[in-house]
Amino acid sequence: MADTPLVTLEDVERRYGSDPPVDALRGVDLRVHRGEWVAIEGPSGSGKSTLLNIVGCLDRPTSGTYRFRGLDAGRLTERERGGLRARSISFVFQSFHLLMHRSALENVMLADVYRRGPRRRRRERAEAVLERVGLAHRSGYLPSRLSGGERQRVAIARALLGSSDLLLCDEPTGNLDTTTSAEIMDLLAGLHADGMTILMITHSPALAARALRQVRLVDGRLAESSP
Amino acid sequence: MNDHRPSEGVPPTRVAPDQSADDQEPATGGDGTTERPTGSSLSVVDLIDEASAGLFARPGRSALTVLGVMIGLAALVATLGLSRTAGNRIVGRFDEVVATEIRITSQPPIDEATNTDIPWDAGRRLGALNGVAAAGTLTPVENLELLVTTAPINDPTRRTDLDLTIVAISPSAFDAVRAELRTGRFFDDGFSNRADPVVLLGATAAERLGVADLSIQPAVRIGDDVFTVIGIVDDVARQFELLNAVMLPEGTARRLYHLQRPELVVVETDVGATRLVAEQAALALRPDTPDVLDVATPRDQERLRDVVATDLDLLYVVLGGVSLLVAAVGIANVTLVSVMERTAEIGLRRALGASRVHIATQFLLESGTIGFIGGILGSSAGAIVVVSVAAAQSWVPVLDPAVTVIAPLIGALIGLLAGVYPAVQAARLEPVDALRGGAM
Repeated sequence: MADTPLVTLEDVERRYGSDPPVDALRGVDLRVHRGEWVAIEGPSGSGKSTLLNIVGCLDRPTSGTYRFRGLDAGRLTERERGGLRARSISFVFQSFHLLMHRSALENVMLADVYRRGPRRRRRERAEAVLERVGLAHRSGYLPSRLSGGERQRVAIARALLGSSDLLLCDEPTGNLDTTTSAEIMDLLAGLHADGMTILMITHSPALAARALRQVRLVDGRLAESSP
Repeated sequence: MNDHRPSEGVPPTRVAPDQSADDQEPATGGDGTTERPTGSSLSVVDLIDEASAGLFARPGRSALTVLGVMIGLAALVATLGLSRTAGNRIVGRFDEVVATEIRITSQPPIDEATNTDIPWDAGRRLGALNGVAAAGTLTPVENLELLVTTAPINDPTRRTDLDLTIVAISPSAFDAVRAELRTGRFFDDGFSNRADPVVLLGATAAERLGVADLSIQPAVRIGDDVFTVIGIVDDVARQFELLNAVMLPEGTARRLYHLQRPELVVVETDVGATRLVAEQAALALRPDTPDVLDVATPRDQERLRDVVATDLDLLYVVLGGVSLLVAAVGIANVTLVSVMERTAEIGLRRALGASRVHIATQFLLESGTIGFIGGILGSSAGAIVVVSVAAAQSWVPVLDPAVTVIAPLIGALIGLLAGVYPAVQAARLEPVDALRGGAM
């Protein structure tokens, strides 16, 4: 693939304006190409989440450039960055972030709301992605009646509803037991095999090993740990 | 540009990574601003869906908040309706009498050459006008210190000579004041023309004089003159002082007491004819100098009543407004709590593409809806209260229809205003902080 990387970080720094200022990221350079599965590994406080938030257009670097599909994200308006999050970038969070008063199906359909996804057939499409993550039989359940692994599957289904370019996973198995973790990782592997670009952060080297490429982040600095 | 709209088909994981590669690549990684992504957007239907889902997520709390607005607006509507209903009842009772009355007096003469008198045949003249139901003249006899007694009995236990009002009255004036007889008869023009020594007594005057039974042909003495009582007036609709008066035929009074001119003309008009009659009356009485007469129509009194009613309404509106203020604080409070509780949800929505405006709009819609529903329920409850109270009192319920329409709008407005601060707080949240804000 000789094309432009999906994600390009050039000398990205992120400093939090506390007193004294904290450098969460220092001179980070990273390229993620389409179809890659990259794990960013590092201890807590190493700046992993900050990096993911910048890639996800939820946060802006203090200095340096972030390009998404070659577009300088720093030059986009908030609304355009919102459009990127709605249409091109999907999140999977450690704590699932499901709406507790909505069924699994409704939680999945929420992904369509801020990109004017067509209401027609929204339900069928949501049912289809739930089936893809193996939860077709739970579509009417409230999250409170689902297990942790099932909840994360709903969250992944929500991330799949559109046709995102990039799936950002923030410790996707952080709240799950080992068996369930493995199932979720299998699911992510399946998505990757189908062509999804995945950027995943984890503090666990074992989980990071599932990804094709590992990047280690320590004290805000990146180190490629494998080719 | 290509922004990967969700395809209609099933897109579980989709596709070759470079499916859109051809239109995806800007010139180079250089300055990518030539192709900008489409902003996030939110359709009205989805917005309504999300807001109503937010409301129904905690139905109990939403219902209590609605209740606050409902009580405030019910109080407002009910007080407005009840004041209108009660006011209408008062108006209904007095209106017909007041609205058909004209009183004509003459101004005092500026100099001796000017004659400002009302003619003695005022009743006859005005009676000929279209729209006049009855007209007559009244003249108090005040030029002498006259005491009224019945038979000259020396009864030390009881005062027999009374200082009663003595009024010369034209026969047609009885109709004009709507006099009702308790017993006996009115006098007519014949009595007046002959100056017969007869009187009618007002009900109170008759009691004080001890006159009740006319079959014995009782007599009263005014000064040294003796008069036969031929009737007792039980009630009048206007000029209530007649009930405590001794009424003489005008002709009699003029002969005995040398009355110069009628003091007052009382006119009862047909309903709705006061303005017309008022315009013509002065001219009919004094075609030469109509300006010397004062014609009083009911309009001034109506205006006074309007002022009173407005004061009452204002008081009620202030009371209702205070309860609405409390309701608004309630909405603001609940919405603010809701924003804090739903911090993580706000973060999620931002991650899904929502802009600050989308977040604020949703919370505003939620609080506005609470206000609107509260307004509808409050308006209905207020109307029910008005009808119930009116039914219990056998009044006619009166409620301005505009009130019932405006009340829900006021409710919605209150909800919106109360939601502004929480909505701004929600929109201000940084998505990163909000997502960290708590698990859901």
